Amino acid sequence: MMEAQTPAWILRHLWLIPVLPMLAAGLCALLPQAQRRISAALAIGSMSASFVLALVAFANALAHPVVQTVNFPWMQFGATWVSLGWLLDPLAAVMLVMVTFVGLLIFIYSVGYMAHDENFTRFFCFLSLFAGAMLGVVIANSLLLLFMCWEVVGLTSYLLIGFWYHRPAAAAAAKKAFVTTRIGDLGLLIGMVWLYSQTGTLLFYNQGTGCLEQTALSAMSAHITVAGMFVSTAIGLLIFCGAVGKSGQLPLHVWLPDAMEGPTPVSALIHAATMVAAGVYLIARVYPLMTAHSLEVVAWVGAITAFFAACIAVAQNDIKRILAYSTVSQLGYMMLGLGVGGVAVGIFHLITHAFFKALLFLGAGSVIHGCTEEQDIRNMGGLRRFMPVTFLTYSAGMLALCGFPLFAGFWSKDAILHAAHGWGVSRGPFYLGAAGALLTAFYMTRQMYYVFFGSHREPEATVTTAETASHAISAERIEPAVSAGRPGEFCLPAHPHESPAVMTGPLAILAIFAVLLGFVGWPAWPWFQNFLSGRAARFDWAGFSEPGLISLMLVSTLIVFAGLGLGWFFYGRKPIAAATEPDALEKLQPGIFHALARRLYMDELYEFTVIALTRFASWLAAFLDRWIFGGVVQLVSWVVTGVGWFDFGVDKYLVNGGFDLGCREVSFGGRMLARLQNGRVQSYLRIIAVALVVLAILLLWGHRG
Amino acid sequence: MTMTLPFLILALLTLAGGVAAMTLRRLVHCALALTIAFAGLAALYLYLGAEFAGLAQLLVYVGAIAILIVFAILLTRGDDEAHKAFSPSAFGGAIVALAVFAVLAWAVQSSAVAHPADVTPAPSASMLQIGLALMQRYVLPLEVIALMLTAAMIGAVIIALREKRQAEEQRP
Amino acid sequence: MNPLAGCLLISALLFAVGLAGALTRRSAILVLAGIELMLNAANLNFIAFWRFGPHPEALTGLLFVVFSIAVAAAEAAVGLALILAIYRHAHTSDVSEITEMKG
Repeated sequence: MMEAQTPAWILRHLWLIPVLPMLAAGLCALLPQAQRRISAALAIGSMSASFVLALVAFANALAHPVVQTVNFPWMQFGATWVSLGWLLDPLAAVMLVMVTFVGLLIFIYSVGYMAHDENFTRFFCFLSLFAGAMLGVVIANSLLLLFMCWEVVGLTSYLLIGFWYHRPAAAAAAKKAFVTTRIGDLGLLIGMVWLYSQTGTLLFYNQGTGCLEQTALSAMSAHITVAGMFVSTAIGLLIFCGAVGKSGQLPLHVWLPDAMEGPTPVSALIHAATMVAAGVYLIARVYPLMTAHSLEVVAWVGAITAFFAACIAVAQNDIKRILAYSTVSQLGYMMLGLGVGGVAVGIFHLITHAFFKALLFLGAGSVIHGCTEEQDIRNMGGLRRFMPVTFLTYSAGMLALCGFPLFAGFWSKDAILHAAHGWGVSRGPFYLGAAGALLTAFYMTRQMYYVFFGSHREPEATVTTAETASHAISAERIEPAVSAGRPGEFCLPAHPHESPAVMTGPLAILAIFAVLLGFVGWPAWPWFQNFLSGRAARFDWAGFSEPGLISLMLVSTLIVFAGLGLGWFFYGRKPIAAATEPDALEKLQPGIFHALARRLYMDELYEFTVIALTRFASWLAAFLDRWIFGGVVQLVSWVVTGVGWFDFGVDKYLVNGGFDLGCREVSFGGRMLARLQNGRVQSYLRIIAVALVVLAILLLWGHRG
Repeated sequence: MTMTLPFLILALLTLAGGVAAMTLRRLVHCALALTIAFAGLAALYLYLGAEFAGLAQLLVYVGAIAILIVFAILLTRGDDEAHKAFSPSAFGGAIVALAVFAVLAWAVQSSAVAHPADVTPAPSASMLQIGLALMQRYVLPLEVIALMLTAAMIGAVIIALREKRQAEEQRP
Repeated sequence: MNPLAGCLLISALLFAVGLAGALTRRSAILVLAGIELMLNAANLNFIAFWRFGPHPEALTGLLFVVFSIAVAAAEAAVGLALILAIYRHAHTSDVSEITEMKG
């Protein structure tokens, strides 16, 4: 249902939401590095403004839960015009609020976290640019505009992962992220082009002519293309490729754990809450395009990813990497949700996940900050005594992630499992999802026991992490004022401490949401799901009476408790004494544990296949360029040089030499002739006499003849 | 008729004198031999009936030019130093002279003019005729010769005189 | 041999002798002497042609010889004056040493 009246003010000015942070980024780029307050103020100010506008947009969407668009022509190709535009519908509205809110909290957190970093201004510039681009992805009504913002998001992700570019690991991780997502983006681009050729437009909704609207969809579903697929299936799968790359699904998940080289706020905002969710959002946005076949693929990929990543997370020792694999796993859940249950199921989990995963990452950042940039969980321990606020909020996030009953994650994950259970195609994804939930509870419990319980373990060896390096560089640049009124207190070695209020504040706010946000979509009041479909929702306990729902909730609760119990069994009974002590699981199954710790050798697999192929191709290209093409050029240059030498020779020996020879001969002849003029009278006389003789002979001879 | 003995003797004398003049070592001897050659030539002129020319030859050549040569030898001390008589490329010059003679002889032998059919009688060349010729037919050459002689005389004096003044200045 | 040819031969011989002397002797005076001999040979030629040639009554040859003698005299005077001048300048009358007009 389209809006026929004059668009509301917020709809006309919806473009401000992404543009304000981008403007802030532009201004920050012009500031010198020392202007920290101005850059932070610009970033936080623009994000706050965007948040307020997003709330207004949300209110508008509440009132008009339909798709409203504003389109404008952009570029002309001959007779056709390419149009861009933005839209506002319930899905976009919730995404806007989520992105701006979480983003704002993380911005505030970053002020404290990056206080000791000397590239403060650059950080906020990139963060604002990212925020602007992400918001652009959310409100884009044209696949082209979405793609453009998508690329900027990828760019800022690269810039932020490699923020400490002087660290080789960070630079390599940034490159890996960019290249891996690029592979996915290629699929997205091909899909986009194909869609344009099929439907003639890239606008999603355009009063009936958009590519997601009925006319275009029925036109596409009539075609059969390669491998017997419908065209819409093929296009949907290609667009899904972009989502696979950006959201870290198997097999393009390898960049996400390495992306932890970036600062923790970056990990929280980009690689937990928003950017990786962009892939999920993309699928949700083009959902009308996805046929049952493509959704089947989406569901299977999501399920396998969820299980696979959860397995690897069990054996990781870096606090952020555990969370990274957890993110990969949860993104798999979101894709699974989209595939089996529809937009509402997947997006509900996306929203809740954004909050508690951001919370977990920010908490991890607080832990790292408090432990003097230590990131290995084996070197932590007993932090709940040192950092109580962090511990409490982290627990809230952890329980939400595990799907502990009544926390936010419980409702959203349960919705996914319920939909997977009821999927007509196969029960496989359900079992994978359930196993993944068990593992999720298990590894989060493991992490909790390692980090917060037991006694504090001193680090055995100095581990240089990203934060260590950056802090070592800017050790002099302490901003006491930013440390929330604790002047002079810097990270003292081996003395964990709670983080300043500017960091724990956002943690607390996010914790509240992690606990309570699930209740906007719980079966008793499925407001969220109905809002996305444009319907109204009522509070009704009868929502629980859906067949199989209660039993599924019980089963999932059992799974969660089983996971927590296993975690306690292995890690909680006997506190971990020393940092070098082998993991409890490792003692049990060293082989499997080691393989999981090595991330199931995915990177090595890629190294041997794709990268080796690329290396060979580049070697071949270099060989061709240097020896064949370069050889031709060299040959030509030799020929030309030879011709040059030949010319030189000719010029020097033939032309010059000949000329010189001629001159020499002339002068020699002159010298010879000059001997006639020897100044001696008698020789002159003799010459006259000889001439006389010759003349006489001539005359006589002639006369005789 | 003319290939008689006196003619031959006179010719031989003249030639001997010429050869001697050109080959003798000491310059004074050369000058004397030259005089004999001139005298022989004068006699030949007389023998051929050109009395005026012969006597003019005697007067001018023997009487003036030969003396002039002797004076020149005196003044240039030509006899004093011991020097080589012939120039470095004398042999070539002799060959050239020989070639010239050969050509001239050949010309003489091959020309018809030199072999007239009949012998003309001796011409009469009285002084009256000579004087009249000089004053009528050859008056222009006569005057020009006079001018030329005057110029030559003045020129010779000037050339010799200047040197003398420079020599005077150089002496102290 | 008829008398004309004989005279001509004698004069040619005398001319050659004079030329030989002019070409071979070192002393400038003797070069002049050679030239005088050559002139004389030419004079003998004239006389011979006057005596044995046509129209001897025109006295051409005879008077030519007279003029020639006059010219020879003038030339000898000037020449010897020049030799004196050269001798004063170069202190030698050797023609093979006086090469200032060389080149």
